[in-house]
Order: sequence, then C-alpha cells, then structure tokens
Amino acid sequence: MDKQEWPLWEVFIRSRNGLDHKHCGSLHAPDPRMALQNARDIYTRRLEGVSIWVIRADQIHASDPDAKPEMFDPAEDKIYRHPTFYKLPDEVDHM
Amino acid sequence: MTSAHLDYLLRLADNPLILGQRLSEWCGHGPVLEEDLALANTALDLIGQARLLLTHVATLESKGRNEDQLAFLRSEREFRNWTLVELPNGDFGRTVMRNFLFSACQLHLWQALQGGPDAQLAAIAAKSLKETRYHLRHAADWVVRLGDGTGESHARMQAALDELWPYTAELFSADPVEQAAVATGLGVASASLRAPWEATVRPLLEEATLAIPAPTPFLSRGKLGVHSEHMGHLLAEMQIMQRSHPGAQW
Repeated sequence: MDKQEWPLWEVFIRSRNGLDHKHCGSLHAPDPRMALQNARDIYTRRLEGVSIWVIRADQIHASDPDAKPEMFDPAEDKIYRHPTFYKLPDEVDHM
Repeated sequence: MTSAHLDYLLRLADNPLILGQRLSEWCGHGPVLEEDLALANTALDLIGQARLLLTHVATLESKGRNEDQLAFLRSEREFRNWTLVELPNGDFGRTVMRNFLFSACQLHLWQALQGGPDAQLAAIAAKSLKETRYHLRHAADWVVRLGDGTGESHARMQAALDELWPYTAELFSADPVEQAAVATGLGVASASLRAPWEATVRPLLEEATLAIPAPTPFLSRGKLGVHSEHMGHLLAEMQIMQRSHPGAQW
C-alpha cells in the first residue's frame, strides 16, 4: 500500500449568515470534496456552522515568526492610527 | 392498532438500530481519524432514527414498554431487521458498500413514507431523509473511489458487492405484514422501490467499475424474524447491560 499521507487542510467555518468564516482547525483528506465532508463530520457536529471553507495548508503563506520585530512592532507607537481622537456626535449611537 | 401495523413499524425501527450497532463497532478502529468520526456520526444518526421509531411503536402498542425495553429486552426472533444490516462489518470497503446499498434503499423508502397518513411516522421520515442523503453521499463517494482505485481496493469492493448483493433481494420482497400495511395506506410496497433503488445504485457501481452480480434465488428472511448466525452475537453485545442490570440508566 502507498504510504503517502493525505494532505493537510485548514478548515474555516461560518457560524451564522453575515459573519466571517473563522479558522477552527485542520484535518487530513485526499481531495477538496472529501475535505469538506470530513470537515462537516468533525467540526459541525454541534450545529457550529452554515458554511465551510477548506484550504490546502500548503497553499497558505504565513508570515515568519522571526520577522515579528520588523513586521509588527513599528505599529506599536502609532496610536494616531486608531480612530479614537474623534468626538462622536450623540446621534451616532453605536460605532 | 393491528399487530401487522406494529410489526411493520418495528421493521422500520430495527434496520437503523442494528446497522447503527454494527457501525458503532468501528468507533476507535477507523482507518483514519476523520473516517472514524464519520462512521460514528452515521451510527448515531441511525440509532437516533431507531429511538424515534421505537418510541412511536411503544406509544402505539401501549403495553407499558419504552424504547429501551424494545431495543434491549426483545429476543432474536422478535427483531424485524433485514439480514443485510446484521452481517459483520468486514473491512472498511465492505462496511461502506453495505452503507451504500442500504442508504440508497432508505432514501427512497423515507421519501415515500414522509407523505403517509401517520403524522409521527411522516415526521420521522422527513428528518431521516436528510440524514440518509448524507450517508448515501459519503458511502457512494467511497464506493466509487475504492472500486475505481487500486487493484487491491477494486478486488475488495467487488468481493464486498458479490457477498452483499444477494441480501438486497429481501429489501424488495413482499409478505403479509407489508401487504397489510400497504392496504391501510401506512406502508410502502417495497417492490415499488426496486426500480428507483437500482436507478440510484447502478450508475454509481458502474462508475466504480464494479460488476453487478447475476440474480440468485437466495432470499434472506431477517424481517420475518429468521436471522443469520451473526445476530445472536450482535444482540449479546448490544443487550448485555440492560440484561445484567435491568432498568439501569446513565
């Protein structure tokens, strides 16, 4: 028997219409169709979702953890990028 | 409420009950984690269908029995499931082949029953139909993959089909219990399900490059209470808790 492992897939589930798909875990499957079925069986057993995305894990490009200082730290002292310096009119209830 | 009516409902209940018990045997033994869960999910769906139907039977017969007593305290001869569902699982290929042949039949059966005069049964059929669609899709996928897979997987699937196919004759055979249920409008003439069932399974078996065995005169009789030698062992395992600790609850 071929010992080749099934590829890894990352699973994203949308819990309700209108919300975003959120990453919820991963699984192994030979192809997209089976990956969706496995995701249904593993991650939506308790009514968790209304839509599933699966993405081959090797198709995801991730940032390098070692590059964290130059990637993210420069944003640390730029609080003026947050929209917290505006005075909201009272008519705007929720923002 | 005639005994033929109850007998007919028991058949509907016992098929998912016994196949659910068989599929539970895979729990912890699946070829991969994902399939282990898929089979356990299917088993739970089937046991859920059986619970609803057994509760319905218990209410109609009004003998003070409940679903547990019907499932765990009946003897072998009192079970009305098709022989097909009590046969041992065999390998994974044979398990999915049985699920495939079974689900395809259940699909058409639930479709026919969801419009029936017994409102409770119709509701159970409608719920079960959705579950069955998924079971069929899952099983059919594997039948095609493994049938049209490697030489080894093809040979195993062909062997599974050769072994299981003769047991499907029972799914479509008429008898007095069914005729009584059909006469009152409650039941479905299973012979009328044969053509739609074949229309479902044949194209998929062809896609799986599997050869359908020639018909034989063999007719199993599980639904009449005459079971194979495997049934007693299955019931021993399924019923031991209730029989050793009557009335025990979780």
